[in-house]
Amino acid sequence: MSVASELKDLFTKNLRTSGIYIAFVLIIALFTVLTDGLLLSPINVTNIVLQYSYVLILALGMIMVIVAGHIDLSVGSLVAFTGAVSAVLVIGNGLPWWVGLLAAVGVGILSGVWHGFWVAIVGIPAFIVTLAGMLLFRGLTYLTLSNVSLSPFPSEYQQVAGGFLNGLLGGYGYDLFTLVIGVFAVAGFAWSQIRSRSGRAKYGQQVEGLALLIAKIAVVGAVVMWFFWQLATSRGMPIVLIILGGLIITYHVVTTRTVFGRHVYAIGGNLSAARLSGVNVKKVNFWIFINMGLLAGIAGAVFSSRSNGAQPGAGNMFELDAIAACFIGGASTTGGVGRVTGAIVGGLVMAVMSNGMQLMGVDQSTQQIVKGLVLLLAVAFDIYNKRRAGAAR
Amino acid sequence: MDSTILQMQDITKTFPGVKALSNVNLSVARGEIHAICGENGAGKSTLMKVLSGVYPHGTYEGKIVYEGEEMKFSSIKDSERHGVVIIHQELALVPHLSVAENIFLGNEQERAGFIEWNHTNAEAAKLMARVGLDEQPVTQVGQLGVGKQQLIEIAKALSKDVKLLILDEPTAALNDDDSAHLLGLLRELRTQGMTCIIISHKLGEIEDIADTTTIIRDGQTVETLDMSDPASDQDRIIRGMVGRDLSQRYPEREPEIGDVVFEVKDWTVRHPTQTDRVIVDNASLEVRAGEIVGIAGLMGAGRTELAMSVFGHSYGRGIRGEVFMDGKKVDTSNVGKAIKAGIAYVSEDRKVYGLNLIEDIRINTTAAGLGKVSTNGFVNGNEEIRIAESYRQSMNIKSPTVMATTGNLSGGNQQKVVLGKWLHTAPELLILDEPTRGIDVGAKFEIYQIINQLADAGKAVLVISSELPELLGICDRIYTLAYGRMTGQLPRSEATQEKLMELMTIEKEAV
Repeated sequence: MSVASELKDLFTKNLRTSGIYIAFVLIIALFTVLTDGLLLSPINVTNIVLQYSYVLILALGMIMVIVAGHIDLSVGSLVAFTGAVSAVLVIGNGLPWWVGLLAAVGVGILSGVWHGFWVAIVGIPAFIVTLAGMLLFRGLTYLTLSNVSLSPFPSEYQQVAGGFLNGLLGGYGYDLFTLVIGVFAVAGFAWSQIRSRSGRAKYGQQVEGLALLIAKIAVVGAVVMWFFWQLATSRGMPIVLIILGGLIITYHVVTTRTVFGRHVYAIGGNLSAARLSGVNVKKVNFWIFINMGLLAGIAGAVFSSRSNGAQPGAGNMFELDAIAACFIGGASTTGGVGRVTGAIVGGLVMAVMSNGMQLMGVDQSTQQIVKGLVLLLAVAFDIYNKRRAGAAR
Repeated sequence: MDSTILQMQDITKTFPGVKALSNVNLSVARGEIHAICGENGAGKSTLMKVLSGVYPHGTYEGKIVYEGEEMKFSSIKDSERHGVVIIHQELALVPHLSVAENIFLGNEQERAGFIEWNHTNAEAAKLMARVGLDEQPVTQVGQLGVGKQQLIEIAKALSKDVKLLILDEPTAALNDDDSAHLLGLLRELRTQGMTCIIISHKLGEIEDIADTTTIIRDGQTVETLDMSDPASDQDRIIRGMVGRDLSQRYPEREPEIGDVVFEVKDWTVRHPTQTDRVIVDNASLEVRAGEIVGIAGLMGAGRTELAMSVFGHSYGRGIRGEVFMDGKKVDTSNVGKAIKAGIAYVSEDRKVYGLNLIEDIRINTTAAGLGKVSTNGFVNGNEEIRIAESYRQSMNIKSPTVMATTGNLSGGNQQKVVLGKWLHTAPELLILDEPTRGIDVGAKFEIYQIINQLADAGKAVLVISSELPELLGICDRIYTLAYGRMTGQLPRSEATQEKLMELMTIEKEAV
């Protein structure tokens, strides 16, 4: 098979999952034109990473929640609450910066345990539990902050979301360290592709052609290196990107390669069948919510660091951004379907759209309208695809 | 009036890539019960969907002549207006609405937009009397059993002045009593001049009730049999359906029976919400290595409840009793422990309890034994494919690869995937609950062969089935369950349908 026909096959067979990538490229192209290239300028690429990292972190937890057939409406309030706890400890009581970070993550985990208890053990639908959580943790935020904003954090704390690792290997008008990370990322991708291909070959399965493999690595490599070049010529490697990258890889592996991940998909796909296959449904659901709490805590730390303080109204509507990212990224509303990569690209679609519109000076109200319509269209496309697949049967 | 009510001429229906029907002809006489037989996927349901307007005129080729006129139905509503009503296999009732509300759903008895409740309930009561349903019109449908729900569907059809009633597998989910009642009702409606088309897998039933049988195979009409002809028996129908002689419906086996592998002692289970109801009452049973043991019982006797409660306490409350594997007492209080103890349970309804229909064969195959293909919590995807592929080949699962979505497979192939999933856990005892329900004749034979191979390999097999001929055909020994109690057991040599039925109907006081 030629590379072209193999590629065509790859896209048409996975239209549902590849559709989002195509849409992503189109949206980038559109806004690049509309902003006269400003969208892809080094400083703006860095900005997008800094500005939307916490929504992507939330989307990582949310995709597992949604695949298991649940929803979590509380994460926006949790971001506010964990940030508030951290601010009270660090700003209010003068404790070291890292105590604040640990406290945010710890409180996040505890909140996850709270949700997990009600969803998994008591058996109340997650929609209700987390709706209650959304009110509850917002109230706790007000209480913790006595309804006033706290700032500023010490400079170490601000580094989490606003800091850069650069100059480690010297700078020459571009930051070498950033480029080295980029090279490692590409090499890691190539290695994992080659390894998986040879693994498949060893088991006598059909594998993609060598030419396609090289083309794939070359394209991904070019895009990734371009991205890191933009970072390197701007302000260097954002610390938050290292955190985010680590989390994305971890959760991608957890969802695609581990027994736990498989159980999440099994529960969402057919709960009864999963239970009768020996899946400990309660335990898995419990961990899904603990994990969501953990990530909400991390997002809370990052967000409070970026905004350099804690506000009673922080994180408002974040849950909806995270949920929208998952659905735009191809997750099914009925559970059992969805990918980490999809959720990330879905989040990036939203990020690029918001950022592009901000650059164009589009007002907030129009932005909201456009985002709403995109979410609707994405799910409509998904349903259209499913119907087409059903009719072909 | 013409003696032929319906003629479907040269009906051809194509889906993208598949020709589902090819020049099918069907001629139905007025006032007869006309059965349509064929293997799963032969095109029976498609044909009925063409007839009832689910596939509107223009999406198929051919001609439908009904009551002497050519019909071009544009929708179900359209065909219903002409008196053609279809009752689908999956009942379309709303559980939280009353019987009367369901009967007149979409056909509300209204005046100026307001429902006339008295009229509605009175009319419903008349229709219910006609179908022999002894309930109140205001009773919620969800509280009634499947048999009664089926009657409501028929009452609903009668309310639409039906002349041609189409029933798709009406007795598939019914027990023998309810089936008999339903068939009696159809006979009575026939004397009132109604014409019926019935699709069924239960050939005994067809032999019993049908005046004419049309056999469809691979989207084509094979033949039409006059059932008053004594030569038109079950074997004759099977021959037409599969296109070959199935001299034997059950494969031969020489059992080699070993020691007791699995034993249940004094097993008692209560209803999960109404804890005063005892569903399984002090039941005991044993299965030996290499033995196929059946459990016979009427619907509601507690067969599935017994199996599911043993398998990880998946049903019921207040469970008491002991389970032994190889003479050692084992804990089966959750599914994980039951699997570890060497028990596998192939559930009754594979779509609801057995498979993750949106996932592929590979993922379903390893779902219950994921630990076997993983190290330190990481799944070895390649090993997984290898194992799934080996089951796909050894069980002759028809699909291009193991990456095929199980939701797209036929019933027989789905059942094989479920069997593969449980074989992968390497059990000592397999409990098979209705292993061939909704599966066509050819695939049934293959499933029986797999069951036999398992027994020959020394596994203990426990089969639950509503079809007595099936139990008699494959089991070495059969237990009977009635009202939650074990009422007897018969070896294959002594068992007959009559004897089993007698044991299955022993009432509580008599035990």
